[in-house]
Amino acid sequence: MAKTNIAAITGNEAMAEAMRQINPDVVAAYPITPATEIVQIFASCVADGLVDTEFVPVESEHSAMSACIGASAAGGRTMTSTSSQGLALMAEMLYIAAGLRLPIVLADVNRALSSPINIHCDHSDTMMVRDSGWIQIFSENAQEAYDNMVQAVKIAETASLPVIVTTDGFIISHGMERVELIDDKEVKDFVGQKKLGHYLLNLEKPITVGALDLQDYYFEHRRQLAEAMKESKAIILDIAKEFKAKTGRSYGLFEVYNLEDAECAILAMGSTAGTTKVVVDALRAKGIKAGLLKPRVFRPFPKEEIANAIKNIKAVAVLDRSDSLNGHEGPLCAEVKAALFDKGINKGVLNYIYGLGGREIGLEDIGSVYKDLGELINGKKKDKITYLGVRE
Amino acid sequence: MANLKDLSKQKELFTGGHRACAGCGAVIVARQVLAVAGPNTVVTNATGCLEVVSTIFPYTAWNVPFIHSAFENAAATISGVEALYKSWVRQGKYNKKVNFIAFGGDGGTYDIGLQALSGAAERGHNILYVCYSNEAYMNTGIQRSGATPKGADTTTAPVGKIKKGKEQFRKNLTEIMVAHDIPYVAQSVVGNWRDLTSKVEKALSMEGPKFINVLQPCRLGWSYKPELTCEMGRLAADCCVWPLYEVVNGQYKITYKPKEKKALSEWINAQGRFRHLLKPENKSMLDEMQAKTDKLWEGLLKKEASA
Repeated sequence: MAKTNIAAITGNEAMAEAMRQINPDVVAAYPITPATEIVQIFASCVADGLVDTEFVPVESEHSAMSACIGASAAGGRTMTSTSSQGLALMAEMLYIAAGLRLPIVLADVNRALSSPINIHCDHSDTMMVRDSGWIQIFSENAQEAYDNMVQAVKIAETASLPVIVTTDGFIISHGMERVELIDDKEVKDFVGQKKLGHYLLNLEKPITVGALDLQDYYFEHRRQLAEAMKESKAIILDIAKEFKAKTGRSYGLFEVYNLEDAECAILAMGSTAGTTKVVVDALRAKGIKAGLLKPRVFRPFPKEEIANAIKNIKAVAVLDRSDSLNGHEGPLCAEVKAALFDKGINKGVLNYIYGLGGREIGLEDIGSVYKDLGELINGKKKDKITYLGVRE
Repeated sequence: MANLKDLSKQKELFTGGHRACAGCGAVIVARQVLAVAGPNTVVTNATGCLEVVSTIFPYTAWNVPFIHSAFENAAATISGVEALYKSWVRQGKYNKKVNFIAFGGDGGTYDIGLQALSGAAERGHNILYVCYSNEAYMNTGIQRSGATPKGADTTTAPVGKIKKGKEQFRKNLTEIMVAHDIPYVAQSVVGNWRDLTSKVEKALSMEGPKFINVLQPCRLGWSYKPELTCEMGRLAADCCVWPLYEVVNGQYKITYKPKEKKALSEWINAQGRFRHLLKPENKSMLDEMQAKTDKLWEGLLKKEASA
């Protein structure tokens, strides 16, 4: 097993450290709160000659992703980082990066989308681009942020799909935690050298990237993209296995916590899952069979696996840290309901929209959700959707 | 300096079979630039006529590595390619000398692409940006751009009962790029192959960001017979409505001075997009445009003299 160094670092520092160890060929990035530090720390590494990376301090996030696309298509291992409005501004290019099948890795520090302008945590930014063709991996804490970044490079290059790794803005990005880091050499061994297929700097075999498709080819190219996203699920699991062999740390498509015999369960992504674990422990101590399912991979969505994991749970609540404004429920809840429906499981699923714009969610709030689930099990009628923690 | 015989013997790096209009000037620009640049070149192209006619899947006219990503970001995309090159050279992974060339129309350069171009220039990437300016968004059907000259008829600033075409003078992008203090900025035109190819050669011999703004007559958008494209370009230079000059590290040099400066009315007469300006009630507009042309030309002569 790889040698471990223990550090007290924040989510941003952990992601920057992973980037330093990965030593990508190019990083093109633009600052935005709360992701800025990742790029700043990395810029210091560049200034100190600790990496071989060519750092491109672009003039906007749209240009950041454009430059990443150029560098990646040219044959390079390419990474960047952003949040919120920055992700929104580069959204056009995110779709293009996926359509061009470029293995770019992006650290997104989840922050609310304007308007109103808000610099704090919610998941609306990455939810905005959930149809872009990027693999999306959510991190609960700084350890996961570090581990996910290291795995992401390999996932991206094996699947030929770009990958977003998230952390919750400020909560994780700026929160200091105990993180187990692996040696520089072990990271380099794990990610290996980028395999060059077709690339722009191959002058002997000139390629045209980004051609125009008319009605006779676009559909086929997009169909291939859909298939790649499906196939990436197995790739993500394979790489998690390799990672476990190296570090002892296990990762999957999601994490279950006290779920096997649970009667009531919450599904939540990101740092809120961590808070939920504390509540689950307290309830279990009282004899209440509470559990948690924490989706880690949101794209591709592990529909079958999640439906199987919760099919016997009496009452389920899905916590959404973003609203898709369809008039009924948040994006994670919609996916979970579809998963259950396809399995013929007609179970009442309660949706809670919470934490928008960094609104705190605490032990009491989560406790109230389990209380609602308990009442649901006892036959009481509950609202299908609740905006948890808002002043109404 | 390459001569016509040598240039014509080169392997075609921009092949025929593309879908450009008969008489298109943009593809002439691409072909001549690549003839000078040679095969050790990576090209990026903004969305627009040139990119669209030359890369309809599964065909391509480009015999060099080529990338199109979006409309406003040719300069940002090539910045990424060039950054990777620098990275690999530094890591000892690559040692060929490569030209990095971005092509953008006036749409993708003057307007939506200006930010990316400005950023790339400020960061000092070793790239050549060639703007092929046909003075409107031609690919989408002749809409006005920041490069459209005053008085021109376009579909979004059309000549009508009360309006007489574009009301504003065009942006001077060439001077904007001079203000960026980059090693080489030039104006050239389709129809003067010697001027264009020698400028490309000069630019590619320098390190850092280089910008060449090429006036590209468009027979469809400007409304003239397709076989007159090169003549039209030469006419622009003769009327001094598109001076051919270069600025090398801040020093101005006019590379073509017509033996006899032609009146702007010859330029106006030759194209359907200006036809309405020949009406007597529009004479004041024509006079204004002549005055502006003269002012810019005199200004250039002064800048050259003070070098």
